Amino acid sequence: MLFFVGLGLYDEKDISVRGLGVIREADLVCAEFYTSRLMGASKAKLERFYEREIRLLSRDEVEVDPNWLVQAREKNVAFLVGGDPMVSTTHLDLRLRALEMGIKTKVVPSSSIVSAISGLSGLQNYRFGRSTSIPFPYTARGKRIVVETPHRVVMENLKRDLHTLLFLDIQDERYMTVNEGARLLLETETTMGGDVLHRSLGVGIARAGSEDACVWADLLPRLAEYDFGGPLHVLIIPAKLHFMEAEALVALAGAPPAIQESY
Amino acid sequence: MGKRKKMAERVKTLMDKPEKIRNIGIVAHIDHGKTTLSDNLLAGAGMISMELAGKQLFMDFDELEQARGITIDSANVSMVHEYKGDEYLINMIDTPGHVDFGGDVTRAMRAVDGAVVVVDAVEGAMPQTETVLRQALKENVNPVLFVNKVDRLINELKVDKQEMQIRLGALIDNINKLIRSMNEEKYKAGWKLDAAKGSVAFGSALYNWAISVPQMRGTGVGFGEVFDYCRNGDMKTLAQKCPLYVAVNDMVIRFLPSPLEAQERRVKVIWHGDENSKVAKSMNECDPSGPVAFMVTDISLDPHAGEVATGRLFSGSLERGMELNISGSAKKNRVQQTGIFMGADRIEVEKIPAGNIAAVTGLRDAFVGSTVTSDPEMVPFEDIKHVSEPVVTVAVEAKNTRDLPKLIEVLRQVAKEDPTLAITINEETGEHLMSGMGELHLEIVAYRIQRDKGVEITTSPPIVVYRESVTGKTPHEVEGKSPNHHNRFYIEVEPLELDIVDAIKGGEFSMTMQEVDRRQVLMEKGMVKGEAKSIVAVSGSNVFLNMTKGIQYLRETMELILEGFEEATKKGPITREPSQGIKVKLMDVKLHEDAIHRGPAQVIPAVRQAVQAGILMANPVLLEPFQNVYIQVPQDHMGGAMSEIQGRRGVILSMDTEGDMIILKAKVPVADLFGFAGDIRGATEGRALWSTEFAGFEPVPVSAMKETVRQIRTRKGLKPDMPTPGDYLKA
Ligand SMILES: Nc1nc2c(ncn2[C@@H]2O[C@H](COP(=O)(O)OP(=O)(O)OP(=O)(O)O)[C@@H](O)[C@H]2O)c(=O)[nH]1
Ligand SMILES: [Mg+2]
Repeated sequence: MLFFVGLGLYDEKDISVRGLGVIREADLVCAEFYTSRLMGASKAKLERFYEREIRLLSRDEVEVDPNWLVQAREKNVAFLVGGDPMVSTTHLDLRLRALEMGIKTKVVPSSSIVSAISGLSGLQNYRFGRSTSIPFPYTARGKRIVVETPHRVVMENLKRDLHTLLFLDIQDERYMTVNEGARLLLETETTMGGDVLHRSLGVGIARAGSEDACVWADLLPRLAEYDFGGPLHVLIIPAKLHFMEAEALVALAGAPPAIQESY
Repeated sequence: MGKRKKMAERVKTLMDKPEKIRNIGIVAHIDHGKTTLSDNLLAGAGMISMELAGKQLFMDFDELEQARGITIDSANVSMVHEYKGDEYLINMIDTPGHVDFGGDVTRAMRAVDGAVVVVDAVEGAMPQTETVLRQALKENVNPVLFVNKVDRLINELKVDKQEMQIRLGALIDNINKLIRSMNEEKYKAGWKLDAAKGSVAFGSALYNWAISVPQMRGTGVGFGEVFDYCRNGDMKTLAQKCPLYVAVNDMVIRFLPSPLEAQERRVKVIWHGDENSKVAKSMNECDPSGPVAFMVTDISLDPHAGEVATGRLFSGSLERGMELNISGSAKKNRVQQTGIFMGADRIEVEKIPAGNIAAVTGLRDAFVGSTVTSDPEMVPFEDIKHVSEPVVTVAVEAKNTRDLPKLIEVLRQVAKEDPTLAITINEETGEHLMSGMGELHLEIVAYRIQRDKGVEITTSPPIVVYRESVTGKTPHEVEGKSPNHHNRFYIEVEPLELDIVDAIKGGEFSMTMQEVDRRQVLMEKGMVKGEAKSIVAVSGSNVFLNMTKGIQYLRETMELILEGFEEATKKGPITREPSQGIKVKLMDVKLHEDAIHRGPAQVIPAVRQAVQAGILMANPVLLEPFQNVYIQVPQDHMGGAMSEIQGRRGVILSMDTEGDMIILKAKVPVADLFGFAGDIRGATEGRALWSTEFAGFEPVPVSAMKETVRQIRTRKGLKPDMPTPGDYLKA
């Protein structure tokens, strides 16, 4: 049996009691930390708390050549993933491959940033549209490329009056900050010739799930300068605010009180 | 030095008078006397002494050139010549004649507006004569003809007066035939060479005399007198009456265009941007106050000032401190020094106006072929396409392991200075490869790495460069999956139309052309309309077509797709040698919703593997390089020469008799030509005169393919067996 176990948001204590049981009983415990990472706990700290040794898998060992998977035919293998194992990951592929190999699978959900943001910011989960990611710009054929998808998704959501949650890229030891994310959105808007986002509100959230989580709302260009501290960060571009949401952003996220006036 | 500085002062006063400028290249087959002729022009301008003219070989200033008696690098010089009471500025480039250094000729043709084609009166038009003429015509560079070594005709071949004239006439006819066959339109429009009008001069560069038909009238020295002076061993008097520099410079000034006349015509073929743009107008008018448009045709390293970029300034003026855009680079570069070359020396000039050849420092990101401009929107100039491709490779190793990091740096630098050199650096295996035009080319580069860059190296025996291609079509769409399995790419592979391959190699087709022109060229060359309008990239002589419609997110993913395509074509699936003549069609794409899951690490390998597998499914072939070999050999040694060709898988293409000489033309695989120089000397007692020329790539015979693939793969440390599509399409 292959168990996809969600580890939750921030440190070793965010796992569910059920998930912990699965880990302690598994014959093999594997983890991948390239899609998400628990910033509050090192691998050693996790191992101490779960009382199990963890085999850390590279991206290649998950995507290209998962030779460890066969063991799940006979034994119980726990595959640990930060957050909720099936939200904003590509692990569905691994699950389908396991099924094809005749391996039974089970998912042990956990808290996800997708739901945590509502609690932290007061923005209502009913009001969110599609979420999207902002990748780090890259160079291809000598050109610097900033993908336009995140900007496009935000604009489509805004048109339907829906908020957008933007995940920020993680690459090895590089974590995109709210500042970089905001700047990239603004850059895309400038190249495409618009100014909506230059005038709109943004909400940045850092270290969700930890004791020193940071939530801050301001105009997007100003958000690009605000110091959110260490990773992980996410960014939200809210649509028109419900009056309760506006009140919450002022109270919880230091938003300029003027935002309440339009409601 | 003093003479050159003084000359530079005079040059400066003429630089801003484009109607008084001639930018010229001296071009010819090897040894026909270009550098000897250049000496004469320099002596005429007072830059070297008359006594040494023809023997000093001032433009061959590298000790290696002097030692070997051949030109290796193009060299530039500027000088002033007086014609009918007016001073003219002549910016001259002396080019090498050996095929291995032909890239220098191609590049020089971009910088100049006119060419003096030098032909040895005894040897006549030779293979490189034809090549350089073709290059000049392609770049819209006007030719004039200088028939050199007339003294040999008289004193060595001992022809009589009448035969001399007949031979000279035949030589001119022959050159005209070549021009006509290359471009009938130009021939009819006045590019035909005409001795009576004066676009041909005859003489002897070694003995410093020359004459043209119009000058015969003025000087009273006709063919008869020339003949007598030569026969009687009194060419000194002839040189006083008819100095070479006067005949040649007068011809240059009369028949070759100034930048003002030439640029509009030249820009048409070397630049495909918007004709109505500001920079287009400024280039056409050679306007020194317009935007800067500078085409780099040479990069050299100055021990003190760093890299020097030399090239042609078509528009604007160059000055220290300017911040200029370099094509292909995101950063601007600041001009440090501006100047001109005087042979080996570079002399600073504060400001260089349009129409001149300039030497600039500070352009760190510039390569040979870069467009340097003040207008960030300017479409770059067309690439400089050399007719030959690298065919020979050697592995280079540092003698001392501690020099390894320096070697890599040095190899990158030499590749920048010499665009006909291809360098492959493999930091993992430590095997560094250097591919070039021929054995001599690589030998010279290796020698200079040690002499100039101070790195002791050893080189392996030469091996040939191969190409990979296809002769069939993929039987069905090939599916490439990204590592995360959430993206899929469907492609087809087939041979690219041969005429289009030629058009790409010849520079008649490129992606910088306007879209309508592009489509038209492709359709004329046999591509169907649906494909012609779908072309999105060219890599080497391979093309990528996007046949899909309306796929979301494809636009922002395209550069990654193309990167995968380029990787697969630069290192083909059979032996990791470059591909050629392949058409890849993107038929369908399925992409993940979120950009994070379709980034470089996902898209590039997916496409690369699909193309690699596709090539293997489309009847793959391995191609090897061939050279044409021209041999002039006395009849009684013909047998030896013939067996040298036949023993090397060679095919005799033609055999002509000229007097008691046989002229053999053959085509031989480069792999079998190593050591030819020594062997033919032995086989003909040193009586054969021969030269070679690149003749393209052709399939390795089917019977030998498997073994050749095995050899190359083993050499490269790859699994020796011919790979299968499955090797590239792992689940
Ligand atoms: N008899 C005779 N020999 C000449 C004449 N011009 C040049 N030569 C000789 O021909 C040989 C080659 O001359 P170069 O000027 O080096 O020829 P080149 O065309 O510059 O040669 P590459 O640059 O190597 O292609 C030298 O030995 C010259 O002395 C001439 O008019 N008469
Ligand atoms: Mg020479």
